[in-house]
Amino acid sequence: MKPTEKPSPPEAPGPATTRVTGRKNLGDRVFSGLATLFGFLVLLLPAVMLVELASSSKLSFNAFGVGFLSGTTWDPVREQFGAWPFIYGTVVSSLIALVIAVPISLGVAIFLSELAPHRIRRPLGFLVELLAAIPSVVYGFWGMFVLVPLLRETVEPWLIERFGFIPLFRGEPLGFGMLAAGLILAIMIVPTIASISREVLRAVPDTQREAAVGLGATPWDTIRFAVLPSARSGIVGAIILGLNRALGETMAVTMVIGNRPKVSASILDPGYTMASVIANEFAEADSDIYLSSLAEIGLLLFGVAVVLNLIARWLVGSVKKQGRGRPAAAPKIPASAAPPASRARPSGQEAA
Amino acid sequence: MSDIPIRAPRPTLLEPGPGERRRNLRSWMWTGFCLFSAIVVLVPLLSILVYVTRRGVAGLSPAFFTHLPAPVGELGGGMGHAITGTLTLIALACLIGLPVGIMAGIYLSEIGRGRVAATVRFVADVLGGVPSITIGVFVYALVVVPMRRFSALAGGIALAIIMIPTVTRTTEELLRLVPNHLREASLALGVPRWRTSIKVVLRTSAPGIATGVMLAIARISGETAPLLFTALGNQHWPDRLDGPIASLPVQIFTYASSPYEDWQQQAWTGAFVLVVIILILNLTARFAASRGLGAK
Repeated sequence: MKPTEKPSPPEAPGPATTRVTGRKNLGDRVFSGLATLFGFLVLLLPAVMLVELASSSKLSFNAFGVGFLSGTTWDPVREQFGAWPFIYGTVVSSLIALVIAVPISLGVAIFLSELAPHRIRRPLGFLVELLAAIPSVVYGFWGMFVLVPLLRETVEPWLIERFGFIPLFRGEPLGFGMLAAGLILAIMIVPTIASISREVLRAVPDTQREAAVGLGATPWDTIRFAVLPSARSGIVGAIILGLNRALGETMAVTMVIGNRPKVSASILDPGYTMASVIANEFAEADSDIYLSSLAEIGLLLFGVAVVLNLIARWLVGSVKKQGRGRPAAAPKIPASAAPPASRARPSGQEAA
Repeated sequence: MSDIPIRAPRPTLLEPGPGERRRNLRSWMWTGFCLFSAIVVLVPLLSILVYVTRRGVAGLSPAFFTHLPAPVGELGGGMGHAITGTLTLIALACLIGLPVGIMAGIYLSEIGRGRVAATVRFVADVLGGVPSITIGVFVYALVVVPMRRFSALAGGIALAIIMIPTVTRTTEELLRLVPNHLREASLALGVPRWRTSIKVVLRTSAPGIATGVMLAIARISGETAPLLFTALGNQHWPDRLDGPIASLPVQIFTYASSPYEDWQQQAWTGAFVLVVIILILNLTARFAASRGLGAK
């Protein structure tokens, strides 16, 4: 028996409890068998999903092959399907979302973790998480009636006037379009990136901060040189998880993106994402190949989500392991950052 | 986080040199940006809450909760069927998802060992990151096609799959927090392992697990995408589990995308009700977590 007082941390492998060796009675065997069964059920679920999605996509894969990914025609009537407009729309809207959300999420995470007065940390953290709790359909609805008119009447005309010479900002100010989708996605992924980044920042041991302050670092110096370097890979993991959320987001995007399956250079133009096309057309798809093409898009989404998740969790996990046991590498503070007083000689013979 | 003074007191005899002045300025700039981000983040939150409340309260009435939708153009009507539908779907999802999730959590915390348990844990996390619309496609192929119909059952299964990773992880982490001496005391008294797990460990962490379940329910009650082609939607009161069923988010989506103003008003009220439900669940869960678990 191991008399442990402290519970093991959730990430650690191995049991949290004492093991009973020896003969197990019937009740024990049934119970652990049942629990193991359910555990394996959870293990099997994504595998079954993969198999089911793959078999549903077989028809479409046989018909269009790899060209499905680059095909630009989406014609249910003539039964010609190509997924490129949706891949493009998904990637571009997610990229816009990342460009906007990453600086803000990191700012929020750093504020909550390092700078905010203790009393407002919990309420503010709660408010940020509230953003994540609002359902996607409500975001989309709000987007339709608040964000889109704002874009249509104020932001987009200004963009066209000032930056219209760049193809990125050319077109009619519709309000609906890639920019609206990107903005809404940005709002939706900020809580994800911010909360994981916050956890990662918390995992950096205080000794790093204390060392920096002891050397005369300003608050930002401390953050930049003592905290962020250790947290870097975890923050990248947080960003990837935010990207994952953006790629799979359906309802809010569907309601503001315009749902036009055409690739366009301008972000003011309507677009279409992989998740949106499935949401809009799956229930009414009438032919087998139509359904199969949509299922293949679903398979694509599944594959991308799994890969991104694997990478992100590995990155976040490695930072947490660092913070707990092994000391991280000494922070590199450039010579110019140290004030004259800290360069006192160890022998103490000469005045600073 | 840290109670250390983040600004070291400066010796008064020394004036800040040019390098230090520049660093101080930079520090204020960047920390200012962080403060600015924190404020910017709150703007859309407030905007959504205020706007949804403003437009939603206008249509609130008892009829909203008890009536079926009226035909276009006729006043009155409600989303009673959608609210009941959502409750039905949540009940189904809990019926399927909670046993699986909690037992899997028990497996990971009490029974599982080594590589196998680590894999299960990892896979549960990955499952949590799969987009909900993909889960909808999966359940369509798995349930709707063989049954040859859209059904509340399919919708419930889809929501259960979305629930399972959250419930599993929450259960596992809470079970791990139960101190070992409780288990040891129970075993020393001759209680078999399985009874210990249920009557001692599970019961101790029950409040926390209930909190986690509340949060999971808050999440699935807002899910729309997977229901679009599993439970589909309906304009009638739910009467059978093997037929289409309305749900609040899907109804909001349908009405919001419609060109009719009275339907859009209904959608706003529906959105308001949905947000209120989710807010209540979230707040309750947080208060329970901060008060109840602290005692342990």
